Amino acid sequence: MQELSVEHLLGIKYLKPNDIDVIFKTADHFKEVINRPIKKVPSLRDITIANLFFENSTRTKLSFELAEKRLSADVINFSAGQSSVKKGETLIDTVNNILSMKVDIVVMRHGNVGAGVFLSKHVNAKIINAGDGTHEHPTQALLDSYSIREKLGTVKGKKIVIVGDVLHSRVALSNIFALKLQGATVKVCGPTTLIPKYISSLGVEVETNLKKALEWCDVANVLRVQHERMDIKYFPSTREYTQLFGINQEILDNLGKKIVIMHPGPINRGVEITSDVADSSESIILNQVENGVAVRMAVIYLLAQQIKR
Amino acid sequence: MSRKTLLNSKDIEIILHRLACQLIENHNDFSNTVLIGLQPRGTFLAERLAELLKTAYNIKELELGLLDITFYRDDFRRKDKPLAAETTQMNFLIEDKKVVIIDDVLFSGRSIRAALTAIQSYGRPKSIELLVLIDRRFSRHLPIQPNYRGRQVDAINEEKVLVTWKKTHKKDAVYIESKA
Repeated sequence: MQELSVEHLLGIKYLKPNDIDVIFKTADHFKEVINRPIKKVPSLRDITIANLFFENSTRTKLSFELAEKRLSADVINFSAGQSSVKKGETLIDTVNNILSMKVDIVVMRHGNVGAGVFLSKHVNAKIINAGDGTHEHPTQALLDSYSIREKLGTVKGKKIVIVGDVLHSRVALSNIFALKLQGATVKVCGPTTLIPKYISSLGVEVETNLKKALEWCDVANVLRVQHERMDIKYFPSTREYTQLFGINQEILDNLGKKIVIMHPGPINRGVEITSDVADSSESIILNQVENGVAVRMAVIYLLAQQIKR
Repeated sequence: MSRKTLLNSKDIEIILHRLACQLIENHNDFSNTVLIGLQPRGTFLAERLAELLKTAYNIKELELGLLDITFYRDDFRRKDKPLAAETTQMNFLIEDKKVVIIDDVLFSGRSIRAALTAIQSYGRPKSIELLVLIDRRFSRHLPIQPNYRGRQVDAINEEKVLVTWKKTHKKDAVYIESKA
């Protein structure tokens, strides 16, 4: 019951529904732990974890580091910007050097799709994918589903719309897998240029009218416009994007019902979402951040459980 | 598998009253004391004692917590089966409080060691005492002894002490089970 069916967390598509149940039940316990006066347990005091971030990250890296420290693991951090990667060292060489320091778990973010899978085949450590290019970001999807479950009681049967830059978003893909696995109905909404052509093959409908999408849904998961991943212009101007796909309080007030607003962060305030919506009572953005630590503690704890001494 | 009854429901009833009286001797009205049952099995004993203290001995304000120690155990990754956590319900701080840890059977002492660490997450208590229904002598791995014990038992390591409760098994009883 309390065991994962996978050896690594490389993506949601490798998980079974029971894995998500196990992670969430374990996260419930860690949520209680992180609300204690002393928010630390000694479970992983003989485990060493390397956070390898070949791409920039603030909240994911901080969230993982906090989760690891609250489990009492030893943590080493690596950022590609200040490393020998700049001198031409390969991924395998970098990781093998780090593993020679007796690392048990590697948390890796990398710009290339499939970097985590590649690593899992070549190194003897548990791998947690903290984002591989535009592919998957499994812990973000897990914490998003966990936050929906916390807010609405269940994910099953809920209608969720993912709004914005789906094409460049690893959060969107992992969320689609996670939400479908738990029995939710998912739509995506955004400019057609930012919706991947294969999306319908994942059992997801496309809606290009934001108002209709919001009227339909229980939850709107709003994505950041990822200018840094855009090699061409996907929409005429930021102003036009905001007018067509930006969510403001007026749009929500006109719905005649309450919907839950989520955002994986960081927010482009005033672009995909206005400040009053981001800070409103309908927004669970800060709950997502808090739940991120508990869910990552659960994932690390469950994978560490498989490491026998 | 052979099973021998060590305590029947009448014995347990008498022991519970004696333990309740011993607690009152040391903790008076429990205004500065909290009872903490260890998950999973110590909670049944803790709940029964708390109920008895309230109904039979008129203790009005009694704080009872249920503590899970899974994340503090020293056998994480050493067992064949993964350790599953139970719910912790500690809706109070124990800063400067007298704490009574309650468990059904004291065996190696490792669970109590874990509980002593876990309790520190809720503050610095004034003192910590240990109450157990069954104290298995000569089986300790750590220098831990109870302040209150229901019954002391000499059981060999291959034997298992099984406690059943009315609430969960329809019968209050303590058995010694052996494979022979």
